[in-house]
Amino acid sequence: MADTTARRAKLQWGLLNAVVVVFALIPVLWIMSLSFKTPATLTDGKFIPREWTLDNYRNIFGTDQFVRALINSIGIAMIATVIAVVLGAMAAYAISRLDFPGKRLLIGVSLLIAMFPQVSLVSPLFEIERQLGLFDTWPGLILPYITFALPLAIYTLSAFFKQIPWDLEKAAKMDGATQAQAFRRVIAPLAAPGLFTTAILVFIFCWNDFLFAISLTSTERSRTVPVALSFFTGASQFEDPTGAICAAAVVITVPIILFVLFFQRRIVSGLTSGAVKG
Amino acid sequence: MADIVLDKVSKKFPDGTTAVRDVDLEIADGEFVILVGPSGCGKSTTLNMIAGLEDISSGELRIGGQRVNDKAPRDRDIAMVFQSYALYPNMTVRENMAFPLRLAKMDRATIDQKVDEAAKVLELTSLLDRKPANLSGGQRQRVAMGRAIVRQPKAFLMDEPLSNLDAKLRVQMRTVVSRLQKQLGTTTVYVTHDQTEAMTLGDRVVIMRGGAIQQVGPPQELYDHPNNLFVAGFIGSPSMNFLPATVEEGRLRTALGDLPIGDRIRRELEGADAPRELILGIRPEHFEDAELVDEQTRDRGMEFTAPVDIVESMGSDKYVYLTVEGGRATAAELEELAADAGAADFAGAGSNLVTRLSAESTVTEGEDRRVWFNLEKLHLFDPSNGRNLTLHEGRSAGALAG
Ligand SMILES: Nc1ncnc2c1ncn2[C@@H]1O[C@H](COP(=O)(O)OP(=O)(O)OP(=O)(O)O)[C@@H](O)[C@H]1O
Ligand SMILES: [Mg+2]
Repeated sequence: MADTTARRAKLQWGLLNAVVVVFALIPVLWIMSLSFKTPATLTDGKFIPREWTLDNYRNIFGTDQFVRALINSIGIAMIATVIAVVLGAMAAYAISRLDFPGKRLLIGVSLLIAMFPQVSLVSPLFEIERQLGLFDTWPGLILPYITFALPLAIYTLSAFFKQIPWDLEKAAKMDGATQAQAFRRVIAPLAAPGLFTTAILVFIFCWNDFLFAISLTSTERSRTVPVALSFFTGASQFEDPTGAICAAAVVITVPIILFVLFFQRRIVSGLTSGAVKG
Repeated sequence: MADIVLDKVSKKFPDGTTAVRDVDLEIADGEFVILVGPSGCGKSTTLNMIAGLEDISSGELRIGGQRVNDKAPRDRDIAMVFQSYALYPNMTVRENMAFPLRLAKMDRATIDQKVDEAAKVLELTSLLDRKPANLSGGQRQRVAMGRAIVRQPKAFLMDEPLSNLDAKLRVQMRTVVSRLQKQLGTTTVYVTHDQTEAMTLGDRVVIMRGGAIQQVGPPQELYDHPNNLFVAGFIGSPSMNFLPATVEEGRLRTALGDLPIGDRIRRELEGADAPRELILGIRPEHFEDAELVDEQTRDRGMEFTAPVDIVESMGSDKYVYLTVEGGRATAAELEELAADAGAADFAGAGSNLVTRLSAESTVTEGEDRRVWFNLEKLHLFDPSNGRNLTLHEGRSAGALAG
């Protein structure tokens, strides 16, 4: 009896999951399918391409425009992620562990930043960056990315730090560690899953951003992929760029998937098990 | 190795709680001192102040003659064992134990040698390459001990180190701790909730209540000569029986009959501000089945008859619960003790008497039994302040004392 109900429940869950996955994946699969179609069959409405071609991919990698944008995207997102995670880790550690004046203010301000509508900041940022000579440069994008990624980083990380038993830090101090040593040798290794999770979230945020990227860049020098895509025109004016755009969209999804897969292996739960009882 | 001196040490938390109040305590070099008391009485706070994990609000702490109030934990050269073990989960047992030595920048060979030595003492040698997650509770506890002993610190601090273990393992580990401390001769401060640990482990026991020390002394002395109602009720299991008593015509009227009072106590009770209402305290083992008392002993005590409620045979002796007339003894201390022990465990203040009679006693449940008790072992307490009135120059001589 219990066995069959358990099997039924499993089946129902499996069905539900399948629906969700299909729902989420259909647009992605559609784009993939489009990217393999020839211009002639592009609009035939078939899910499986009748004629397979890699031309779209050859085309986008043939243009300097796309490759350059890919490099910009990877570089900017990586640098912003590293800086945001390092700064966020320090801030989150302080928030979760130390009592210092202005702690509430810090939390409040970071919350404020997260709530601030980004659109309203675009024009002021544009003016400021032009004045400072940051417009259309890597730092010109990295800086606002860090600003908006930090609250996210601080929140996720402080949740992780709070899970780490405080006794471990006390033990490290008793064993002769300074505050910095305690953090580096005991707390940070245990917070690793949190650091990786945060890194993924921040990276995706930077990678996907369109708003800042289109407003704060003007040339290939620092234009990122999402923006470059919108400038795709095809080889000639009369050619439909849809296939190329789809190919590019597929290509820019790959790094994210790799990034997540790579870090997912490290997000093992139960890393702190055995530290304390109860 | 060093002595530890607390001189009027107090702790006030930022929120206004005074967790520890004017604690004076001198711990000699190599001594094993136990801090014991009900939950929230400031034991951990005191220990953390010695460790340097909490700041000292006022007073002075000296280790080895040196004032260390403002020194960081790492500069005090003290090791601590936590209730939660606090092992580093990302390191193996060997790495855990080597951690303090690596921080002290010792060379590899010395570290290995010291870790191996400590592992041998604690029988951890075969577990050195395991991670804490793959150890049992007792093994984790031993690793935590190992991490404390490897660097031969001036003192050990232990905060309820055995309270997470099951009863059997706790007894086993108790002897390990005791043996280890004797072997190393390191000054040790040990916090516990468990009074068996308090009685068996330490050279001296410190009883705390509400942030203040109630009494300090060797376990037997605390048991025989408690300063006040709180100490009397806290030490001993089952706990001391408490009954209300009134002074009338030079005698003490209680539910067990009218008891004679010695001259010294009588003089004390004749003062104008002397209390009329008292609390009588008798330990369970100072009762005996009247049939089994020989003539000589009989003269030192008195007898009474009471209905037998429950008989628990322990093999070596019998715990017999008697019902007696009269109300319960009431005092702030007793309520606190009852709250800490859980009302069921603390029968002391009820109108039930817990007695420990010889195993040969033929007592049965439901009958009325004649029971003898020793007048020389009585304690009398003043309910208003808890003071033990029978205590004279630190000794208790019973209510009869002249
Ligand atoms: N950080 C803090 N801020 C305010 N009050 C505190 C703080 N830490 C402890 N206290 C209070 O100080 C008192 C003593 O706490 P402590 O932890 O020393 O008790 P304890 O004797 O170790 O109790 P237990 O046996 O339950 O461990 C308690 O009343 C507690 O509420
Ligand atoms: Mg405690």
